Amino acid sequence: MNVTESWRFALRGVTSNKLRSALTTLGIMIGVAAVIILLAVGTGSSKQVQDSIGALGSNTLTVIPSSTTGGGRGGGLPGPAAAFGGGSSSSTTTGTKTRSSELTMEDARALTNKKQAPDVLGVAPVVSAQSVVATYDGASHTVSTFTGTTPAYLLINNDSVAPGSSFTDSDYNAHRRVALLGKTVAQDLAGGDGSDIIDRRVQFNGVSFQVVGILTAKGSTGPQDQDDRVVAPATAVQDTLSGYGSLSSISVKATSADTTDAAQSQVESILDGRHHVTSSTRDYSVFNASSVLSAATSSSKTFTVLLGAVAAISLLVGGIGVMNIMLVTVTERTREIGIRKAIGARRGDVVGQFLMEAILLSVFGATVGVVVGLVGAQFTIVGVTPVVAPYSVVLAFGVAVATGLFFGLYPANRAAALRPIDALRYE
Amino acid sequence: MTRQHPVVQLHNVSKVYGAGDTAVHAVNAVDFVIERGDYVAIMGASGSGKSTLMNIVGCLDMPTKGRYLLDGVDVRRRDERQLSRIRNRKIGFIFQSFNLIPRTSALRNVELPLAYGGAKSDERRARASEALARVGLADRATHLPSELSGGQQQRVAVARAIVTEPVLLLADEPTGALDTHSTAEILDLFDELSLSGRTLLVITHEAEVARRAKRVITMSDGQVIRDERHVAVHAAPPGPLEVLAS
Repeated sequence: MNVTESWRFALRGVTSNKLRSALTTLGIMIGVAAVIILLAVGTGSSKQVQDSIGALGSNTLTVIPSSTTGGGRGGGLPGPAAAFGGGSSSSTTTGTKTRSSELTMEDARALTNKKQAPDVLGVAPVVSAQSVVATYDGASHTVSTFTGTTPAYLLINNDSVAPGSSFTDSDYNAHRRVALLGKTVAQDLAGGDGSDIIDRRVQFNGVSFQVVGILTAKGSTGPQDQDDRVVAPATAVQDTLSGYGSLSSISVKATSADTTDAAQSQVESILDGRHHVTSSTRDYSVFNASSVLSAATSSSKTFTVLLGAVAAISLLVGGIGVMNIMLVTVTERTREIGIRKAIGARRGDVVGQFLMEAILLSVFGATVGVVVGLVGAQFTIVGVTPVVAPYSVVLAFGVAVATGLFFGLYPANRAAALRPIDALRYE
Repeated sequence: MTRQHPVVQLHNVSKVYGAGDTAVHAVNAVDFVIERGDYVAIMGASGSGKSTLMNIVGCLDMPTKGRYLLDGVDVRRRDERQLSRIRNRKIGFIFQSFNLIPRTSALRNVELPLAYGGAKSDERRARASEALARVGLADRATHLPSELSGGQQQRVAVARAIVTEPVLLLADEPTGALDTHSTAEILDLFDELSLSGRTLLVITHEAEVARRAKRVITMSDGQVIRDERHVAVHAAPPGPLEVLAS
């Protein structure tokens, strides 16, 4: 009894009850497709998180003031640096020594010292204005992030401007009221793609700013829309919207990803000196985007594993479906098994036939599942563009076939163990 | 081996179900020998033990006691695998309910024992076609069992039984599910096979069928109560009753 012969018998067995076979393969198909799609969603979302953190600049440091010394840092992602708006502007007096817990323009300027901070490429002070409402031509929009900074900010934050152009150092020095709008703001105010608003004047809390450019879209991280923002020269923002208090943060860019840690310690030593603090009494903290990146990566990995586990369960259920139907098939074909054994089929022949049938069901289901999975992964699912990991396809297919093999083994052995005399008597 | 063994040798064969007081002797100390070329009918009412005997002779079941030699080989100390092989090579089964594999063409059904015997595909096809021609169904090779009449299905079963050239054809109530016409066809076919030198053992409760055999063994309560020979082993079978046919 050769393999092609067993295969033919198995094929006949599968096709003899098409509806039942189809439903059984459906179970496997859903399992395989679920594994592929869910892992693709997991991979896609982790890629998205990495991209958006990468968009911040993985060699970016963010210095924010902290209200308490040591510990007590604000948690979470730095997001666009100015998201930590407000910060703290309290001063504490300890005996005769006045300790400022504010970040100042001078702090920012000190960090540009090439001698003390050779690994710092650029520094941008950030001031932010709260609850800014933009109005233009009858439309109004509440800006979630209003950032006042220097032109260097765009470089540090990996931002680009199109259409239009960024404001310049001379705009900054001249306190010129110009603004760059995020895509969401521009579209909300001007409609369409928002480009009509360039060179127009927009009122921010009643103060008129001229729009000089639109920031290239960054997309969203979770619920936070990174394009709902306005960037303007810090000088003009302080004049009009935020006042001359403390900076809400300082964005620092290291020369490369490798020197980020070195740049961080240089920034810390400069600021420690200026604020008269030590590492244990620091009144500010430095966020390192690369450490956030690795934390986010590991959390999204957990997420992917979780999705994969859910999908694996559905694959297992599909496998049990195969076993179930194979047991029914064996019972149904008891008489046939008896005939085969009577005319000389050996145990191995019967096992082979039914095992082949189970594998055929699962291979077919897995193949269709791979196709469905690959097609399904082309669509955006809950805001995530799935990224199919090649290993997931191989894994899902392999596991499905192995499941068929495993769950087919018991029914096949049961069939083979039937005594021909009993099987022949079976009605 | 040059010496010709009798096809079936049963020595004091018993089959007991249960134990102690409730033990049932389905077959009780049966002794007989079937020579090569003989055409034997085993008769008996239901419950007489003829089916159990057929299972033992067909190597589907083992006797509790006694010795059974098939073609000179003691089948008692054989494992399952060897028994499969013996059934495949030495015995051709014909069942009351035909027992063809459903949704499988007549030709493939006939090929099946050859497939389990390990024959090559071409050889299988050729021998199966030949066997189908023998039973007069060469033109029905591609038909499925469901497309054939009862008589035709039983003829396919006969073709399947003879395709491996077994030493013994074992038929269990072969005409039990057939009408008169088909019964006559099958019995004529058995006569032909007997004429060509095959050994047949037919189990039946119909006197009509038993009458066509060369020798009739009658069983009751698990024992042989009568063993009559009508025609010599190598003579032609008695054939149908001409009187009734005209």
